[in-house]
Amino acid sequence: MASISDIIRESQIWKSIFRHPMPIDRRNRIVVMLTNFFLHLHPVSIKKQGIALSYTWCMGGVTFFLFLVETVTGVLLMFYYRPTVELAFQDITNLRDVMAMGVLREIHRWGAHAMVITVWLHMYRVFLTGSYKPPREFNWVIGVVLLLLTLLLSFTGYLLPWDQLAIWAITVGSNMARATPFLGHEGPGAALLTLDGRNMITQVSDARFGLLAARIVGEETLNRFYVLHCVFIPLVVALLLAIHFWRVRKDGGISTPL
Amino acid sequence: MHGHVDHATFLQQISSFLGFYYIALAAMNGIAALAIWRGGRSKTLFRVGPLTFTNALLWTVVAFFFLLMAPLAMSGSEPLMRWVSMPDAFKHAADAVMGPVAYSLGSFLILAVLFSFRKFFVKTWVAWLGLNLSFLFMGLSITDPDFAAIVTKPDNVPIVGLIFLLGFFTWLATAKAVKNDERIARGEKPLEAVDNEKILVWPDLVYTELICMVALTALLLLWGIALQAPLEEPASSVKTPNPSKAPWYFLGLQEMLVYYDPWMAGVVLPSVVIVGLMAIPYIDFNRRGNGYYTINERKFAYVIFQFGFLVLWVTLIVMGTFLRGPNWNFFGFYETWDVHKVVPMNNVDLSEYFWIRGLGREMPRAPEGSGAGLELLYILWREAPGIILLIGYFTVIPPAMVVYSKFFRNMYLKMGLIRFMVMSHLLLLMGLLPIKMVCRWSFDLKYFIAIKEYFLNF
Ligand code: HEM
Repeated sequence: MASISDIIRESQIWKSIFRHPMPIDRRNRIVVMLTNFFLHLHPVSIKKQGIALSYTWCMGGVTFFLFLVETVTGVLLMFYYRPTVELAFQDITNLRDVMAMGVLREIHRWGAHAMVITVWLHMYRVFLTGSYKPPREFNWVIGVVLLLLTLLLSFTGYLLPWDQLAIWAITVGSNMARATPFLGHEGPGAALLTLDGRNMITQVSDARFGLLAARIVGEETLNRFYVLHCVFIPLVVALLLAIHFWRVRKDGGISTPL
Repeated sequence: MHGHVDHATFLQQISSFLGFYYIALAAMNGIAALAIWRGGRSKTLFRVGPLTFTNALLWTVVAFFFLLMAPLAMSGSEPLMRWVSMPDAFKHAADAVMGPVAYSLGSFLILAVLFSFRKFFVKTWVAWLGLNLSFLFMGLSITDPDFAAIVTKPDNVPIVGLIFLLGFFTWLATAKAVKNDERIARGEKPLEAVDNEKILVWPDLVYTELICMVALTALLLLWGIALQAPLEEPASSVKTPNPSKAPWYFLGLQEMLVYYDPWMAGVVLPSVVIVGLMAIPYIDFNRRGNGYYTINERKFAYVIFQFGFLVLWVTLIVMGTFLRGPNWNFFGFYETWDVHKVVPMNNVDLSEYFWIRGLGREMPRAPEGSGAGLELLYILWREAPGIILLIGYFTVIPPAMVVYSKFFRNMYLKMGLIRFMVMSHLLLLMGLLPIKMVCRWSFDLKYFIAIKEYFLNF
């Protein structure tokens, strides 16, 4: 008598999804890597070094996993959270105190901290193994952009709970933009940019205003940061990650001694 | 900062956590001892009289030691817990010597010693001892309410984690590099080149990933349930908290504000960091050390990166997070964050040093009613010492490096003019921070160039 799992695996539905038998022999272990959408990110075979935990620390992988966790929990939080000055704080408090799935917020917050740490550690590992050297120079550059975007993701998210911690951290962080050379109204050289004798760079037209959409952190800033945090930066990161992973393979896989 | 509870209540609050903490430390050492002994990796470390200390025995003793501390810590009573608290004399002494200077120079020196004697420090038993000592330091210190307040503040917990993770991974990488360097010196291949045949991704990698994902999910869930993420009072644009801090990963930049104005600390230097990082693969012409851990084959790059990352980035973040309190004043580990602490500041600009103190004259100033052009000329004249110094810094040092140092001359010959110039200027830009720090500490220097009229203070 055929077991239930045999029946399932012989069914037309199963076979339409997985186009090969169980990956228990060499041939099918290769086929599974080639035919599965999620697995085809990987090569079929790989140098032993490339998967040694003590070599890569799996830090790029952990960072990617955290990015996925942040995406999933973030989308779930978006179903509940309303980015307005009146409601934002209340929604976050409710998530903590009332909502059954409120732990999503805690995970999202801690995951964000963790991702900043793991992305640093990943960069550290890549440096210490000299993996930025040819032919991987450009992937390192993409990595640096990803590092910057990770920090910006975390920074823009910091504002959304709209508590004291949030607005003052963003205030302090964005105050620097006031002093951008030429582009900040308190920056060196800004006074030189004039039009018909009037200053072009003022409190309402400088770099900080561009960041905050207002003179101080307010309603407009919340909206701007919300869109940056939930849509714009994640999309850019996703695109760059695709290129990053693609290049890891095109550059010959994880670096090993020549 | 605690303020709300008296000392006895505070001790009671932390006692059960602390008890389990020491039990965990005892278990950690016990397991290590068992693993060493069972694995037959027990070896003699030192002899005291007739006693032979093997590493297994040492960790057993340490485990017992922690086991003794556990009930004392768990008691929650003040006289008993005194035995597991950092002695007051130590705390006072530590707070008295600690300041931005001692902290920054101290961390730099410690890292320099660790690096120079890395062959000793990467030994497993030395590293394990170091780990135990740092856990012991945390345990003893946390009985101090001020210390407890800063390390257990929810937003600071990740940084405590970061310190331990960085310590661990730096140890791991250094240990591998030391081993590889010894092999290479003997003419062997690095360990990464041994036993490096191709294997199938299914199952080895796919399963590793799956296990990692499950473990991480569990970890995040636990973390999320055990520790509530920070949430303070609702935002108010009129109630400014003191201190007002940026998110922790930018606190190194905020710390730089002590030494540089926002346009440098907040805009120029961070941009230099980003550009400098991106430039690394294009200025590091050394083809060796690709794909394995090594120090000796790429010492210059290695040391510079460690200095930038560990000293200039991480230790400044740690200082900004734990040791900077109200008004961004420095507070020792065991010092109460007092809003009224006054730190006298009498910093002096280079131009003042030059004209007033050096030449005993007035600062040059344009005559009343002169035009903007003349005024600018006078300002440049006034700030000439700093301007000349700065121009000299960037134009004289790079060629001088090539002329006077054989090391840099070789580098120049291999790199070519443009790459060498980019590299040396990035190094000089990076050097601006420690140079300014040292100048501030040693002679209260405020600005090299102070053109407040145009927001151009440097
Ligand atoms: C969102 C951030 C990032 C993610 C998710 C990510 C992910 C990954 C993954 C999964 C790998 C495969 C090997 C490994 O796990 O170590 C990798 C490799 C690599 N990453 Fe990243 N990365 C990120 C940021 C960075 C940064 C900041 C840098 C450097 C500044 C960088 C440079 C590289 C390089 C050069 C490789 C090839 C390493 C080798 O061949 O050994 N990445 N990355």
